[in-house]
Amino acid sequence: MLEIKQLVKKYNTGDLALNSVDLEVQKGQVMALIGPSGAGKSTLIRCVNRLVAPTSGEILFNGENIVKMRSGKLRRARRNMGMIFQEFALVERLTVMENVLSGRLGYVGFWRSYLRKFPRNDIKGAFRLIEKVGLDAMTNKRADELSGGQRQRVGIARALIQNPDILLVDEPTASLDPKTSRQIMRLITELCEENQLAAIINIHDVALAQMFSERIVGLREGSIVYDGSPDDLKPDVLTEIYGKEDWTAVRERKSIKDKDYKIDDVSSTEERMAEML
Amino acid sequence: MINMPTTSPNSGVSVQHTSALPDSWSPPPFIKNQLLRWVLLIGLFVYLFLSVGSLEVNWNRIYEGLDRGAKFILGFMDPNFSGRWTDISEGIVESLVMTVTSTVIGIAISIPIGFGAARNLAPLPVYLFCRGIIALSRSFQEIIIAILFVAIFGFGPLAGVLTLSFATIGFLSKLLAEDIESIDKSQSEAIQATGSGWWQWLNYGIQPQVMPRLIGLSLYRLDINFRESAVVGLVGAGGIGATLNTAFDRYEYDTAAAILILIIGIVMLSEYISGYIRAGVQ
Repeated sequence: MLEIKQLVKKYNTGDLALNSVDLEVQKGQVMALIGPSGAGKSTLIRCVNRLVAPTSGEILFNGENIVKMRSGKLRRARRNMGMIFQEFALVERLTVMENVLSGRLGYVGFWRSYLRKFPRNDIKGAFRLIEKVGLDAMTNKRADELSGGQRQRVGIARALIQNPDILLVDEPTASLDPKTSRQIMRLITELCEENQLAAIINIHDVALAQMFSERIVGLREGSIVYDGSPDDLKPDVLTEIYGKEDWTAVRERKSIKDKDYKIDDVSSTEERMAEML
Repeated sequence: MINMPTTSPNSGVSVQHTSALPDSWSPPPFIKNQLLRWVLLIGLFVYLFLSVGSLEVNWNRIYEGLDRGAKFILGFMDPNFSGRWTDISEGIVESLVMTVTSTVIGIAISIPIGFGAARNLAPLPVYLFCRGIIALSRSFQEIIIAILFVAIFGFGPLAGVLTLSFATIGFLSKLLAEDIESIDKSQSEAIQATGSGWWQWLNYGIQPQVMPRLIGLSLYRLDINFRESAVVGLVGAGGIGATLNTAFDRYEYDTAAAILILIIGIVMLSEYISGYIRAGVQ
């Protein structure tokens, strides 16, 4: 369904963010993309819906090459890709309902959307999704009145109302507490299963990735260095992806004092706390 | 990472061993070169001293002028609203009409120009064109434009309205463009990612982010335009300024005082109302 071939992205600054990436995602497959900061995870999923323009290579989505599309066609392709963001990226001054309905913008004309007169089915769908993500009471609240977890739920509803084939999920839990992180990941994966949705989920938290995805891809310096099942993600593989580190320390639950503790560490406090919950 | 002996052999972070560390710190200076810093500072004072010295102060003239100033201020103590009330009220009404009309016209033109002058929305040629209009509008003071428009359209409020509309464009478009340039990109990206059209993107991704500021600036401009309507009237562009000018010409300081008090009152009132509205739209 999604096939990425020899994708290269070189930024104007000269940074080579993606170095010939080949990747295929099947219909309904939930894939976690892990790797250190700056490995190109974000760039990769942003190339898929062309928020970032690839330098070269092909991205075939339902058989059509995204990279070559002109704007009208690109918009129609984007309708079928839902995106979920790290900082939620809700339009802060719009209501929850408007934020969710904005997922239908690709399907309705300008005046309808300007006057907020969306088709009945869209409105019904929005109410259904708002209820589904547990925000029934919040429909008319402004997005900036919500808590982090609630905002991400709105973000999920906005992506799903597009009725997409694939979800592009960029660090969905990085701004959330451990408990909310798990709830959000569970919600995303459940919804994917329910709707036969494929998903690429960028995620820092290796434990969460292992828990909620069927496939893990490891990215390092713009190249794929691991592609396999969550169970095969052994310490030597993590070293390959992230660099040298005492990976067993997490499992042994050493106290913070004893642990090899670095700021850019993946086995973050968040993860350790998640385990303690 | 600083590597220091710690309790844990493989840890990178230490909390102890502070004895050899410096205990004083000051922020790095804005101008690094010490010599340059002093030269600039002393140069500034020398310049100030010389320039104040070059002002020719005619103490005699000031002494005589004090008398007139006193008369002026005494006029304020005893403002005369009733003597020329018809002139004053007509002037005020005309000024208010000019203010509202020019602000509405100005805003209507400023919005598209403001969007065009935002580098993150407009392609380079559009950007340069719109920035050009803004620069043109901002480089002339209202009085100069008013003199030109009075020459073209004759005395009266039409010249005033056009002047104030033109001045509004420079003010509002520039500040709107700057606000658009500083929006949160992720919100607009999220709308883009839904497959929205360009107009929908403006309506959902950009407009909600800049609306409070646009409303605030418009209200602010409304009271600037009222004050300016008094000024452009002095050169014949209609409004309360014309009445004020006549009052000064006739040495009727009591009437002038009444007019100024009304202007102050109206500006304060609009300040209060706009503050109230702005608080509501945040």
